[in-house]
Amino acid sequence: MSVNILSVEGLSFRYNSLEVLSNISFSINAGDYIGLVGPNGSGKTTLIRIILGLMKPNKGNISLFGVEPWKFKDCYRIGYLPQRTQFNPYFPAIVKEIVSSGLFSKRRFYKIPDKPEEAMIEEAMRLMDVLDIRNKLIGDLSGGQQQRVLVARAIVNEPELLILDEPTTALDPETRERFFHILQELNQNKKVTIILVTHDIASIGKYASRLLYLDKKIVFYGSFEDFCSSVDMGSYFGEFAQHLICHRHD
Amino acid sequence: MEIVDFLHYEFIRRALITGSFIALVCSLLGVLLVLRRFSLIGDGLAHVTFGSVAIGLLLKQHPVYVSIPIVMLSSLGILKLTEKARLYGDAAIGIVSSIGIAGGILIASIAGGFNVDLFSYLFGNILSISKAEVFTSMVLSLVVLLIISLFYKEHFSTTFDEEFAKVSGINTKKINSILVLLTGITVVLAMRVVGIMLTSALLILPAVTALQIARSFKNTMVISSIIAVSAVIIGIYISFAMNLPTGATIVITNFIFFITAFLYRNVF
Repeated sequence: MSVNILSVEGLSFRYNSLEVLSNISFSINAGDYIGLVGPNGSGKTTLIRIILGLMKPNKGNISLFGVEPWKFKDCYRIGYLPQRTQFNPYFPAIVKEIVSSGLFSKRRFYKIPDKPEEAMIEEAMRLMDVLDIRNKLIGDLSGGQQQRVLVARAIVNEPELLILDEPTTALDPETRERFFHILQELNQNKKVTIILVTHDIASIGKYASRLLYLDKKIVFYGSFEDFCSSVDMGSYFGEFAQHLICHRHD
Repeated sequence: MEIVDFLHYEFIRRALITGSFIALVCSLLGVLLVLRRFSLIGDGLAHVTFGSVAIGLLLKQHPVYVSIPIVMLSSLGILKLTEKARLYGDAAIGIVSSIGIAGGILIASIAGGFNVDLFSYLFGNILSISKAEVFTSMVLSLVVLLIISLFYKEHFSTTFDEEFAKVSGINTKKINSILVLLTGITVVLAMRVVGIMLTSALLILPAVTALQIARSFKNTMVISSIIAVSAVIIGIYISFAMNLPTGATIVITNFIFFITAFLYRNVF
């Protein structure tokens, strides 16, 4: 039986008088790989911030590992990659320092990482292919390398749920495909549940087990195959657009 | 003058010990403040110190002891204004800083008679520091250093990426409050080293110098500390040997370090 990780029921959020999310309900089980897609301003990041306990909804219930997100204490169970704009690219930190900072949620006071923690840091860097650049400053890296470093930071705790907010925005198509491939390996081999926010339905459709298309409310929630064969989605996007999305990689 | 002769004087030894401790604390906090683009808080709080020194002189109490709680409260005030009043940090600093200066001028004008004392704090005089002040500065500096070390990982994470830090379970509001409170204490202590007018230089210059050449975050902290302590020692020596104002000499020494690091990075 699948273990429920996230459950959202009748969730709504308003910012002043602006409705950002309306009556959102869905659930995510362990091992799912969810592509959270939608246009700009559709409420994707707001939904992610509510899931992470950074904001509270105006209405509805949400449960993360069985607890309301703002009361959730086992932060090490979640890995998070915020949008690229959240950090200063000239920050004088090397790759290893940044990846190590992902372990901080597990302990209260500073100490030098012990051997098992060093092994976890090295494994995360190896998985993300940043081991060779561990002593480089983050600002000296390419956009793709920076993203991989931040994903390494997100997975160093070996989280059960990995949430990535538009991780592929600055990546070239080749790096983006490689990035998706690495995430797929994490999902399949390490059984990490993934929620990935993106604009790119076609790319994520190939990898995600389910798509959640958001436009203030849930427009679609199901597999990519169902999305492509859905008459409703054909009407929503227009049949030509639906065909382009679904057959871009053929 | 020989270094040994220089160290022969007790007031020099006091100045070196106190100055080094305070410079060390300023350099570490400075890295965090500069990276958060909050470095002008030092300048703003120094202006508050002007007002609190005036209150201390009016009440005939030691200005340092009166200033510490007032400046700490003001530092929290800046933080709350930034969080709650939808103000950017620089505007919040501007409000608190101008109130500090205006308050100081009003108190000095109403009370009269201590303008000379008040203005002596503007430019500092570390060479006239008392034994009690050395002790207070050392203890408070050690407390600040201890707190920075205990919360090093939280400060690193919050400074690099506040949103990620929150999701990691770090109480970033508490960390921000700790940072500004420590800055408040440090600014009051630094007032005796370089004076109210130049306090922010002790916070900013070692940090920006280190940022020119550092190869990691830890390395930035270490270089900033070495530069700050070296600038204090060299500045005190030069000012004594050449009969120059100590605070200004320390700041200019820091600036020479910055220019050297900048040229090293950009030319070599």
